Amino acid sequence: MLLSEAANSPLANLVPWVVFFPLIGLLINMIFGGRLSEKAIGAIASLAAGLAFVVSVLQAVYLFGHPEGTVVPLFTWIHIGDLQIDWAFRVDTLSTTMMLVVSGVGTLIHIYAIGYMHEDVRIQGDPSRFRRFFVFMNLFILAMMILVTGDSYLMLFVGWEGVGLCSFLLIGFWYDKGKDGIGNAIAAKKAFVTNRIGDFGFLIAMFLLFWAFGNLDFETVFARVPEVAAASPAILLAITLFMLLGVAGKSAQIPLYVWLPDAMAGPTPVSALIHAATMVTAGVYLIARSYPLYSAAPQAQEWVALVGGVTALFAATIAVAQFDIKRVLAYSTISQLGFMVAAVGMGAFVAGMFHLVTHAFFKALLFLSAGSVIQGVEHGLHHVEHDIRLKKKLKNEGVYFSGHHYDPQDMRNMGGLRSRMKLTFVVYLIGAIALMGLPPLAGFWSKDEILLEAMKLNPTVYWLLTAAAFFTAFYMTRQVILVFFGKPRTTPAEYAQESPPIITAPLVALAALSVLGGALNLPYLHSFTTWLEHTIGGGHAAEAAVETAHSTAGAESWISSISWGGFNPIVALIATGLALVAIALGVSLYSRRYQDLQKLPFARRPDDPLRPILGPVFTLLHEKYKVDEMYAMILLDPYVRLSGWLAEVLDWRFWHDWFHDVVLAGSYNALSRVVSIRIDLGVIDGFANGLASGAQALAASLRKMQTGLVRNYALSVFLGIVLILGYLVLSVFVS
Amino acid sequence: MITINYFLALSAILFSIGALGVLIRRNPIVIFMSVELMLNSANLAFVAFARAFSQAGGQIFVFFIMTVAAAEVAIGLALIVIIFRTKHSIDIDQMNTLKG
Repeated sequence: MLLSEAANSPLANLVPWVVFFPLIGLLINMIFGGRLSEKAIGAIASLAAGLAFVVSVLQAVYLFGHPEGTVVPLFTWIHIGDLQIDWAFRVDTLSTTMMLVVSGVGTLIHIYAIGYMHEDVRIQGDPSRFRRFFVFMNLFILAMMILVTGDSYLMLFVGWEGVGLCSFLLIGFWYDKGKDGIGNAIAAKKAFVTNRIGDFGFLIAMFLLFWAFGNLDFETVFARVPEVAAASPAILLAITLFMLLGVAGKSAQIPLYVWLPDAMAGPTPVSALIHAATMVTAGVYLIARSYPLYSAAPQAQEWVALVGGVTALFAATIAVAQFDIKRVLAYSTISQLGFMVAAVGMGAFVAGMFHLVTHAFFKALLFLSAGSVIQGVEHGLHHVEHDIRLKKKLKNEGVYFSGHHYDPQDMRNMGGLRSRMKLTFVVYLIGAIALMGLPPLAGFWSKDEILLEAMKLNPTVYWLLTAAAFFTAFYMTRQVILVFFGKPRTTPAEYAQESPPIITAPLVALAALSVLGGALNLPYLHSFTTWLEHTIGGGHAAEAAVETAHSTAGAESWISSISWGGFNPIVALIATGLALVAIALGVSLYSRRYQDLQKLPFARRPDDPLRPILGPVFTLLHEKYKVDEMYAMILLDPYVRLSGWLAEVLDWRFWHDWFHDVVLAGSYNALSRVVSIRIDLGVIDGFANGLASGAQALAASLRKMQTGLVRNYALSVFLGIVLILGYLVLSVFVS
Repeated sequence: MITINYFLALSAILFSIGALGVLIRRNPIVIFMSVELMLNSANLAFVAFARAFSQAGGQIFVFFIMTVAAAEVAIGLALIVIIFRTKHSIDIDQMNTLKG
């Protein structure tokens, strides 16, 4: 194997440190954090993530020399019979890409969080949780690194569960806050349980993998794919589809996406890091990593692509009608994850990974900027509450509430922030344009590549994704206008303040990445494709195979034939044109009509210009197609009722009252009654008593011989002597 | 000539009378006397055999028996006196305290 080579490469041998550095960071903060200042805690955590990034860069440097990658074993883990799994790190172009994204974006978010959490813990009123936040964040980086560097499905699963745990912990970070004081805890629980459903699929997939392939490390499994595919394609299909269930859970795809919008209950840096940039892309990574499996199961690929495409469109339409600034981004994330899943599902693994990277840049940027906006408005609110005149003004104003408080996340409460938070506005606009997919920003290149591949490989998905792209441009236009343009609609928005440099500096860095990220894989150059091809080698062969299968698809085939070095002007034109139309539509609706609507009194004016136009459709979109309610009706309520029935009837009445009390205790009592009365008293005591009374009766009859008359005794002696003598005399005579 | 058979026959008669007396009389003093009769019948038989076989052993035995008889009578009479003191009667049939 490559082990001997690994021994010679000091750079690759550094790879375990991507896990050790966050571990050291979190241990320091956990043990000594109580005595450290907030700045020191933040610095240690950021340094830990930063050093992991440095190690990741070194891995990339190493891979330029040895692009085929290597495996760095750390220690033996599980050796049971044929199952041999070591704790080994895989350094190849795919894992290093993920390492760079996780640690790079992660470091920026850590730095941002120093500023953000400093405010947040004070707004929420518990500064002691500052340290806990950074411990969790480092734990997340650690788990995510295990996930992406693992050399086997089992090690990947360890990381997979680790990030799930961190997600749970951080969504419920303010576990005592939210609706009724338990809203955030419920959101965390929902994320956790939904992910368990996905993990169930992943586990089944792993069991099947072990059953069919005899091992779980990537190299062995992938080497045996052709053999298994030929012998039992059904098992391969089952493995890939169960894996898809896991992906749907982790990467928030239909039908398990419902946890991600609620996950916005976590602090904003968490939403950016875990629920936008890194953890949710683990599913995409998993499919890309398992490309030999999926390439050998075209049916599964169809399913994955379809799930991704439908999710992309479905979530994009919901995002149109949301008012919470983070919720819009959450649905946008689900939609963009749909793009990636569709891409890797179609076999366009490189395009999917490319979009994963660029999306990590601009979605982290958008979330962090949204955090900056929220805190800006919070500052405004703080200002208002310390000014009696303004406070009175706010009271008479029409505002939107979350619970009983002014909602600083509701976009309807914002407006006009452009002039108040200039830097945030600029970076937000960059992020939004990148997400909309306008050239030349990062999102354009990656999305275009996906659309291009989709056109070649799966026309249905192509149209789904194109429609989703249209909605993406629309809801982002809507969001930018609602937040930043027009006049402030509430007093706190009027007094909003720009965030400090520690928050804006990472934003600028991410904005730069969002602008330039597309350069990773420009048409003609294809540097990213070349880079990943060292790992995802078979990908293109599979694409070619699928391509021939679809080349008869008719109308599309002539479009796909016009392709200049992996760039199709028609696809790009359609996408860009649709995006521009959506932007124009958004501007006319929200810039013109919404400003007109503002003149109406609060009670009579519709909260969104789309509401009067779309009517009930808008309500349906705003209520997320009532999917949560549907799940509650179809799954949760029957489940709760079933649990109630099981507990009350089966467990309590049947099992406890009837089986235990009546059957077990009753029959035992009856049995012991029989044993004690019949057997113990009757037989055993009877035997002993009978013996005694028998002896007594015998004695009673014998005592009659004791007459007490001396002469009787004398007679007995006499007769006895006569008998003995008679015997002796007779025996003498006889002999 | 008086042969040994006469002595033995007398001894047997005396023994039988003694045994009968022990069995049927109720007065312990008479019973003692009967016991003495039985002992002495044995003595007679011993002496007769000793003379008939010209051996001194029998005669020595007689002395032993006479000694034992004397001791026996002494103890027996003492017992009778004690019993009489406690029960004011020496009827042998009323000495039935050991009746089962």
